[in-house]
Amino acid sequence: MTGDCQGYSPPPVIAYLDKAGAVLDSIPAELDDRDVLIGLYRAMVLTRTFDQKAVSLQRTGRLGTYASSLGQEAVSVGLGAAMQASDVLLPAFRDHGAMLWRGVTMVEILQYWSGDERGSDFKGPREDFPVAIPVASQTTHAVGVAMAFQLRGEARAAVCVLGDGATSKGDFYEAINACGVWKLPAVFVINNNQWAISEPVSMQTAAPTLAQKAVAAGIDGIRVDGNDVIAVRHVMERALEQARQGRPQVIEALTYRLGDHTTADDARRYRDDAEVSTRWQEEPVLRLRHYLVGRQWWAKTDEEALIREVRAQVDEAAEAYLALPPQPATDMFDYLYAALPPSLAGQRALLEDAHG
Amino acid sequence: MAEITLVEAVALAQARAMRDDPSVLALGEDVGKDGGVFRATDGLLAEFGPARVRDTPLAEGLIAGMAVGLAAQGFRPVAEIQFMGFVYPAVDQIVNHASRLRNRTRGRLTCPMVLRMPTGAGIKAPEHHSESMEAMFAHMPGLRVVIPSSPARAYGLLLAAIRDPDPVIFLEPTRLYRAVKEEVADNGEAAALDQCFTLRGGSDLTFVTWGAMTRETLAAAEALAGDGIEAEVIDVATLKPLDEASILESVARTGRCVIVHEAALTGGFGGEIAALIGEKALLSLAAPVRRVAGFDTVVPLPRMEDLYLPSVERILAVARETVRFQ
Ligand SMILES: Cc1ncc(C[n+]2csc(CCOP(=O)(O)OP(=O)(O)O)c2C)c(N)n1
Repeated sequence: MTGDCQGYSPPPVIAYLDKAGAVLDSIPAELDDRDVLIGLYRAMVLTRTFDQKAVSLQRTGRLGTYASSLGQEAVSVGLGAAMQASDVLLPAFRDHGAMLWRGVTMVEILQYWSGDERGSDFKGPREDFPVAIPVASQTTHAVGVAMAFQLRGEARAAVCVLGDGATSKGDFYEAINACGVWKLPAVFVINNNQWAISEPVSMQTAAPTLAQKAVAAGIDGIRVDGNDVIAVRHVMERALEQARQGRPQVIEALTYRLGDHTTADDARRYRDDAEVSTRWQEEPVLRLRHYLVGRQWWAKTDEEALIREVRAQVDEAAEAYLALPPQPATDMFDYLYAALPPSLAGQRALLEDAHG
Repeated sequence: MAEITLVEAVALAQARAMRDDPSVLALGEDVGKDGGVFRATDGLLAEFGPARVRDTPLAEGLIAGMAVGLAAQGFRPVAEIQFMGFVYPAVDQIVNHASRLRNRTRGRLTCPMVLRMPTGAGIKAPEHHSESMEAMFAHMPGLRVVIPSSPARAYGLLLAAIRDPDPVIFLEPTRLYRAVKEEVADNGEAAALDQCFTLRGGSDLTFVTWGAMTRETLAAAEALAGDGIEAEVIDVATLKPLDEASILESVARTGRCVIVHEAALTGGFGGEIAALIGEKALLSLAAPVRRVAGFDTVVPLPRMEDLYLPSVERILAVARETVRFQ
């Protein structure tokens, strides 16, 4: 292993289920509950079905470039499920599972990826941030949000998600460092899906883990099996408790991007089919299903009913999205400033005349 | 009423804004105990305490990014960047987030933050401490770019910037920080944003300028008056959004315009104003619009910075040619 740090041993990877869904460690009682686990399972299946629909809409020219979360549903759903409604999510661009869990609608997500700004005007979680495209840029916003909670004495936390590539940016270190200095209620979840477009994580860092980057900020770094939704949710719940008490946290969730980076990418150019098919053996949806089936909490008929239900839900959302009236062209000007500056009135009128 | 310097006016306005509105916060490197390296936040820590006056780690991207987060949560952060030459790491946050948060969320999240910083040459500071990059910010949709030219205007404009519902880049001409004193009433009255100030009336020529260059420009106008030429001096004050009407109205009356700024000539904001006049007041012009600006060079180290800055003589030479032009 390169980059071994003297006197530092990386934190263990917390997991409850093995790749095949067999129990590795006793599952925390409050999570080992049929309704809780089925809730997580349904959310992962919904996320995956939604992703498939979005990709097919893109392929048929009805959606713009889209970043699928195929294979990473457990990280997204697990962290979203652990949050309180009053917490604030600052997502990267692949966190559909968490956004859906928090009440962003499928229509809004499709709108955003189709290039319609109204998709970021969430009707549900009004204080959550829109997707951040410049990687790691959302990490410093989380500092400000968490500071706002601290200043108002609110028991809320900021949850910021970023990719493994994003940890290479200074923003990430600046943010976790500041959270450590001020003991802010923030949790940073690194979605380590092993790839940043074509660059493997080994090209981002020589450190053996990403969680250990927290050490330099003087805060806790944790690792979790990101394909085990039970572990993600549990670790995340504990991290949020810590954060609310002024101990900011970094969680590295180990997962794998099974799909292309986005619909504009062809991952076969840079990674082996063999690697991907190995990783299909450990994916999160099947893993939890195996466990549920083993507990006799889930049967073939349940699965069939669920598939029918989420497909219907996703299809309905897609129809609703496709039926949306276009946004007025003048929207371009009307949300730029609180009030339209006189110097822009002429430009706005020009647009209105042409496309009003 | 006390006579105070521009930097004291900046501190005064911040204190007033913080007293009036508990959501106003000050943050930046050394803004607390030290009161800012120029003392622009002097006294704030003592009055408002460390929760509201926050020394930050040395990280400009963080300062701007956390201000975005605070603003989205309903605070009004006033963040200091120690010198304009160090703002570049924060530019990502300003252009990609602060300036467009309102637009991209259809007004759900907004960004009422102020990013203050010293700007410009002329105090013999080290390398990277003398930049005038206002055109870079003025190019960014969704921002306000404000630059005061006197203590009273600094007080009023900063109050207005802090109360503004959108992000404001507030540029403080370093050269003016202590150059003059002026009576400033601490009455909590904001000055109007998005409006030029006419510092001197005249019917023969319009000078358009801003920030520290208002001084040399006013001196040039006085010298011209000795020759019987009355020059109007317009202090743009808010570069973005621009008060086009005041500039066009003046140029329509005088028919002659010289734009003065210390930032490098090419791509400078003077070009924007010249284009505006070309588009909207061409027929009232009796002479070509001219620019007097910093050279297209790196701002030199202190020994040569006076040669870089437009001098009264350079301004006068161009103004006289413009007036003589038939
Ligand atoms: C600052 C910045 N540089 C480059 C890009 C282009 N880009 C988009 S995603 C990406 C890779 C991100 O990798 P990672 O952070 O691991 O997240 P993942 O895509 O794997 O979820 C790059 C380079 C960007 N969005 N932002």
